[in-house]
Amino acid sequence: MANKAYSKLPCRMREVKSPRRIYLAKRRNDKISTVVLQVGLLAAFIGLWELAAQVGLIDPFIMSCPSRIAETLASIEFSELMLHIGYTLLECIIGFFAASIIGILVAVLLWRFAKLRRVLEPYIVVLNALPKIALGPIIIIWVGAGMQAIVVMTILICVIVTIISVLNGFMSVDEGKILLLKSMGASRWQILTKLIIPANVPALVNMLKINVGLAWVGTIMGEYLVSTAGLGYLIIYGSHVFKMDLVMSSTVVLCILATVMYLAVAAVEKLTKRKFHVD
Amino acid sequence: MALLALDHVDLIYQTEKDETEAVRDMSVTVDEGEFIALVGPSGCGKTTILSMIAGLLSPTRGSVKIDGKPVTAKSGNVGYMLQRDNLFEWRTIENNVLLGLSIRKELTPDNRKYAVEMLEKYGLGDFRDHYPAQLSGGMRQRAALIRTLAFKPKLLLLDEPFSAVDFQTRMTVCDDVYSIIKNEGKTAVLVTHDISEAVSMADRIIVLTKRPSTVKTIFNIDIDAPTPLKKRESPRFSEWFDRIWKEVTV
Repeated sequence: MANKAYSKLPCRMREVKSPRRIYLAKRRNDKISTVVLQVGLLAAFIGLWELAAQVGLIDPFIMSCPSRIAETLASIEFSELMLHIGYTLLECIIGFFAASIIGILVAVLLWRFAKLRRVLEPYIVVLNALPKIALGPIIIIWVGAGMQAIVVMTILICVIVTIISVLNGFMSVDEGKILLLKSMGASRWQILTKLIIPANVPALVNMLKINVGLAWVGTIMGEYLVSTAGLGYLIIYGSHVFKMDLVMSSTVVLCILATVMYLAVAAVEKLTKRKFHVD
Repeated sequence: MALLALDHVDLIYQTEKDETEAVRDMSVTVDEGEFIALVGPSGCGKTTILSMIAGLLSPTRGSVKIDGKPVTAKSGNVGYMLQRDNLFEWRTIENNVLLGLSIRKELTPDNRKYAVEMLEKYGLGDFRDHYPAQLSGGMRQRAALIRTLAFKPKLLLLDEPFSAVDFQTRMTVCDDVYSIIKNEGKTAVLVTHDISEAVSMADRIIVLTKRPSTVKTIFNIDIDAPTPLKKRESPRFSEWFDRIWKEVTV
């Protein structure tokens, strides 16, 4: 029916596109061209790198090149590659979750006990300023040279920032809402569970996003210091025996893993936004 | 016996620098079903007085009693409505309204039914499952009022509840809130700096002095009209407005 009515309109009017359709088409074209450019940039980078190596513009022994990276990756036995990836991934994930959970729990305690917060403030500031890598030797001696040292390093790098950012979020919750709950006779625990935590869901997710990046820093740093397996180990080993192909290959794999983990957290963010109606 | 009684209340704030006398020798009683407005110069400690009635602040001297018992925030006798609606963005309107009941662990089927019926009665039934961001300012304020009424407090405290609503909707929200309070037979204490708002809503207006604040004069407002909007149309309205205006500013 509608179509019929539409076709009866004078020809001139049918051809005019509505502003809405023009706008939508523009938006779609913009999105497509962005993706095309993104993929193109990567392809150009890989292509130029390979070309420069092939024509002798750069020395592939020092700079490596895409074809040699592919060769290297293919030459490593699959189970061995998986072992290294597994080690690094496990260290990173344990460190990430442990740091996030410990950080949130400490932030809750500091929010709950104002005295504790005031007493510990200077210590937190100093710990935050301290380059955690400097603690590497101490960690190795205290917890032993192994996976545990790497996990502890990862936790140390993430946890202070987590505490500070989460506590900041907790402290900036609207006073009016706290007053409202108090007037209803709410306990501190109820204020925490009914208001402070739900109001901070976006801040907590944001914290997870930052921690993904930091956890990788901690894990690779830890592996540089002490490890017998893992991608950080492969990078360090590769540089020691001057196999740049191995260094570059491990870096590429690392890049992919970090991206996947970031995307996972971004998916969690999308989910919570839909569930909590806040952004 | 009066529902609310403030008896020779003093309140002194202590800070590192000095101490501030906010309230001095204040005595007020409010009977059941009354609508009281506290007006006074800005910064005269009106909100402080409400905080004491809500049991969030203890008077330095004197007593604040509801039904003859000293107030505490835990007793659940008082519903406090603040300047902004303070609805929780992540809760649906229904869950916002049930907030007080869940804090008190009184989420019985009967109480839940009572709250939902209030939403329906006052035109928010279709918005039960909506989120606050989807509602207009006036509807949000109505939801905030129903949230305070849902746990059946004996006394309502209104701290400039319309100051965050834009002017056009303020009049209708004012009418809404007034009729809901009267309809439910609630006792209310309103704090406002808007004299016309006080005159249009209150049965009794208590004019406060500058800090340290104490009772200056009490007026029984006798405008015979059913709603704030109707009261504003009455010729007596501007008479009262002038009298109280003079009393506040002198």
